[in-house]
Amino acid sequence: MTASTMTLRSRLPSRLKLREWAAGYFFAAPFIIGFLVFTAFPMLYSIWLSFNKWDLLSPMRFVGLQNFIKMIGDARANLSLYNSAYYTIIAVPIQLVISFTLALALTQKLRFRDAYRAGFYLPIIVPLVASAVVWQRVFHYEYGILNEVLGWVGIPAQKWLFDVSLAKPAFIIMSFWMIGRQMVIFIAGLGNIPQSMYEAASIDGAGSLKRMLHITIPMMTPLIFYNMVIAIINSFQTFIPAKIMTDGGPENATLFVVLNIWQQGFQFFNMGYAAALSWELFVIIIGFTIVQFQGSRKWVYYEA
Amino acid sequence: MATAMASRKQGTSRQQTLDRAWLILLQILMTLILISFLVPTLWMVSASLKASTEIFQHPITWIPKDPQWSNYTRVFEVIPLAKFAENTIIVVALSVLGTIVSSVMVAYAFSRIQWPGRNLFFSLLIATMMLPEVVTLIPRFLIFKQLGWIDTWLPLIVPYWTANTALYVFLLQQFFRGIPMELEEAALIDGAGRVRILTEILLPLCKPVIATVAVFALLQHYNSFLEPLIYVNSMDKWTLALGIRSINDSNAANWELVFAAGTVMVAPIIALFLVAQRYFVQGIAMTGFGGR
Repeated sequence: MTASTMTLRSRLPSRLKLREWAAGYFFAAPFIIGFLVFTAFPMLYSIWLSFNKWDLLSPMRFVGLQNFIKMIGDARANLSLYNSAYYTIIAVPIQLVISFTLALALTQKLRFRDAYRAGFYLPIIVPLVASAVVWQRVFHYEYGILNEVLGWVGIPAQKWLFDVSLAKPAFIIMSFWMIGRQMVIFIAGLGNIPQSMYEAASIDGAGSLKRMLHITIPMMTPLIFYNMVIAIINSFQTFIPAKIMTDGGPENATLFVVLNIWQQGFQFFNMGYAAALSWELFVIIIGFTIVQFQGSRKWVYYEA
Repeated sequence: MATAMASRKQGTSRQQTLDRAWLILLQILMTLILISFLVPTLWMVSASLKASTEIFQHPITWIPKDPQWSNYTRVFEVIPLAKFAENTIIVVALSVLGTIVSSVMVAYAFSRIQWPGRNLFFSLLIATMMLPEVVTLIPRFLIFKQLGWIDTWLPLIVPYWTANTALYVFLLQQFFRGIPMELEEAALIDGAGRVRILTEILLPLCKPVIATVAVFALLQHYNSFLEPLIYVNSMDKWTLALGIRSINDSNAANWELVFAAGTVMVAPIIALFLVAQRYFVQGIAMTGFGGR
């Protein structure tokens, strides 16, 4: 075969090839169409919206950067960002420590490991709406189980969801029950560390603490990183518990970003402003993610 | 010599006792943590069977003295819970079906067919994983409003017929790639169309993966709250999630009713979990690695 026929061939695909291409587009069509209609177009539309003012009743009005200028000085929006950041920055590291510790414990020679694993996983199987109505009452001042249990050890009852300084911590506490997925990922990862590494380390005289610091944790850093990135993205988008348990109160202490965007869009009908706010959140989440990927070079260990 | 051996023996046995003590301690600790993880759910079930006077009693009774099964009949009268359940079943079934059909098709296109644009679209699919849902919240609502889909179930179902969850496509695609291409080439020569190859050869092979995808999609749609909240207004179209929220607002003081409604929503999912636990755990382990 000469070079010229080869180029000709690649320029004019055979009928067989064309049929394969057609099949490719046919089977991929749901995604291609769906991506254009439900993702790409909405994103472009959302950019356009964020430069407009629209309450759905009067016609849309182009306002330039007004929404973004308003955003910078909007105390409510800034508070919602602060609340979400507070929640994320405190909740995520503790969640990771809990899920990692539980995963480690479940790799020991315990009885009923499957039952523990299933039990720790159960709270995230329970629909979050149902969890929220339960936790709302777990935190109840008089009849909640949290105050009851704290009472056993002599800690006075707290107002939790009605106390400005304890409402966010209450949400953080609740999030510790939702770590089943992280834990299962850690368990799977721990199972994948070659046993031979531990044996070699034992022969070299490394104790269990050394093995933990020099084998287990370094080998697990990619999964710690993965769980951290996902947990941060999710925490920034907390909505259901805030909507159900407090609706943002008390005094907006649990007004998280997505709840604020929802209120702007579907309670106050500031569609353009809500779109601008969601872009702000998008930039923050992407920013956080990029920073984490940059930082990960320093501490995440990837096998060559 | 003998003394050295004896002391070594003593050393190992002391180590063994220490190990055993540590394991027993750990066992107790884990059991306590397990209880704490189960308590909110168990409390919900237990309180759903209490008389309201018993709920507001100190100290808390964990097992209802006189189970009030009538709480359950009452909750079905206070809100149309049966109707919500029926609506939920329809919406969840149609969106899970759509997720499976579309994800299988798209995963097939991305793994076993060569076509121009394949890499581009695959990158776009992966990119959607990083996209926070909230970005498309407002514009999607306006698009569905334009289409006249508000207060119907279409916004809850149709988008899920477009393989829009990258993780599921990715899972299936990984699986399809592991099946030898010869299988297909032989079938193509025999004149079998690709649809037949997919449904008759590939699908039977990937039942476990499809089960995993189905279980995850089912959970996702059963739990869905924000979308129904935005799109579905009329009460006769509400799903269970909206129903729970409404009884929590309207009967905030009647904990037993709220908890009964919650238990009705939670029970089937826990039953499913106990039956299909394997697929949950498998799925997380797989997506945990595959899903970046």
